[in-house]
Amino acid sequence: MSAEVSVDTAGSVVTESHLDVEAVRRDFPALHQEIHGHPLVYLDNAASAQKPQAVIDAMVRGYSLNYSNVHRGVHTLSQRATDDYEKARSVTRAFLGAQKDDEIVFVRGTTEAINLVAWSYARPRLQEGDEILITHMEHHSNIVPWQLVCEATGAKLVVAPIDDQGRVDMEAFRSLLSERTKMVSVVHISNALGTINPVREMTEAAHAVGAKILVDGAQAAPHGAVDVQDIGCDFYAVSSHKLFGPTGIGALYGRYELLESMDPYQGGGEMILYVSFEKTEFNVAPHKFEAGTPNIVGAVGMAAAMTYLTELGFDKIAAHEADLLAYAQEQLGAIPQVKIVGTSEHKASVVSFTIDGAHPHDIGTILDHQGVAVRAGHHCAQPIMDRFGIPATARASFALYNTREDVDRLVSAVNKVIEMFC
Amino acid sequence: MSDLKSLYQEIILEHYRKPRNFGPLEDAEHEAAGHNPLCGDRVKIFLNLDADRVSDIRFEGAGCAISTASASLMTEAIKGKTVNEAKELFGHFRDMVTGLSDVGAQDLGKLEALAGVRELPVRVKCATLAWHTLQAALVDNSDPVSTE
Repeated sequence: MSAEVSVDTAGSVVTESHLDVEAVRRDFPALHQEIHGHPLVYLDNAASAQKPQAVIDAMVRGYSLNYSNVHRGVHTLSQRATDDYEKARSVTRAFLGAQKDDEIVFVRGTTEAINLVAWSYARPRLQEGDEILITHMEHHSNIVPWQLVCEATGAKLVVAPIDDQGRVDMEAFRSLLSERTKMVSVVHISNALGTINPVREMTEAAHAVGAKILVDGAQAAPHGAVDVQDIGCDFYAVSSHKLFGPTGIGALYGRYELLESMDPYQGGGEMILYVSFEKTEFNVAPHKFEAGTPNIVGAVGMAAAMTYLTELGFDKIAAHEADLLAYAQEQLGAIPQVKIVGTSEHKASVVSFTIDGAHPHDIGTILDHQGVAVRAGHHCAQPIMDRFGIPATARASFALYNTREDVDRLVSAVNKVIEMFC
Repeated sequence: MSDLKSLYQEIILEHYRKPRNFGPLEDAEHEAAGHNPLCGDRVKIFLNLDADRVSDIRFEGAGCAISTASASLMTEAIKGKTVNEAKELFGHFRDMVTGLSDVGAQDLGKLEALAGVRELPVRVKCATLAWHTLQAALVDNSDPVSTE
């Protein structure tokens, strides 16, 4: 961990206002390797982020010393595992700004969180004539679960349009809300465009017509402090692997009275209080939604990642990433053949781009050969690609451990593509 | 950069910029569509047969340099071949790009320019999309071909 506080020569404590990126980089073992003979520049963070040693160590400790099943067993290891698992819930609660630990359901990731709400909240409640409102910039995982609800219930999926900069048309968003709208589900930060949505405003608008709102926070959680109470949303979903934690774990925040009123998601152990062949009594939330042995050490790893980020400080992380974004957009934007897709003034550190005359897959391969890892494709958001009339983009997504030198390496690799293709 | 140069040989870049036999074939007797859902590449193959010989073949679609050049080179290689010769050529081509056979095991002419993808498993599908679609066109399979 970088020193956040140091003592100057006069002996007074000085709080550093900048992120110590070099110290952060030392925390991430994966960054220190060569790809095709070049030092790795990892710019695929929006797909999945690398892991700090603190997360790896917490998981090694979890499996080496404190591992057993949770919420059963009277022996010491089971108690330790249960304590660690429930402590992880508490850390997640604080990370998301929720009121109580019981409002945090551990899931496999954002996708499962959305499916859980679609299945357990929306499906039993919606009927023909009802509407679900999403936006044109949703990830497939925030489209398909709602389509399944619509198929099963006869409800209608309504899509709020986006403008040429990649911003939700808020006037249209408001006009599409009505008493028919029962559910709204919007992305906090777009994975393909980087756009930051005004989720508090959207929540107020949804609540004004009596709809419930889910916010997909998969891309938001690694970049800035999330406060579900400030947003006011009913549900919020995150994935651990995007915020420097392990894969296969994530969290759903749900307002407790809603979680309490919802049907179970899956049946099994852990989610029950009493089972007989005649009748089963379900456990209370959040355990009602956590059937089977959970991803215990995954939760421990996610909590370690959240603690790591919180200790570094999101204000510093956000300032660092804002600088990288501005520098990357300036440098890439200066290349005539490059077109940046997604130019909202409220953006996270994601730069989706195309190069005239070169297909994103060729860009991805050529950049990789220079050690620069970017994502090329439709980013699981095909409707966005259709909206901009392109098959795919190349996407550079920056995280706290990236530097201006990484941007320079990206730009020089992009120039190599242009040299070859244009 | 040497392996990049072997992947993106001049002939590939040239066929990408100026694909041969590009555009629909009016009143084609046989056609098929192919799609790589992972990257969004799409290709359509149109062809006419004279007895069992490919008398004309064209393609259209949007894709990366590898898939476009592969489709373009394929149309040049297939024109004039019998259906069986075309299928045999596809077999040899597939074996070369997947690394099942050595480069040069069969004389594949200009198609050997695509051998570089054998080092890049994620790009093999780019090189074979047009060929899978050709096979569907030859047997009049109207279901869209998918690489997945």
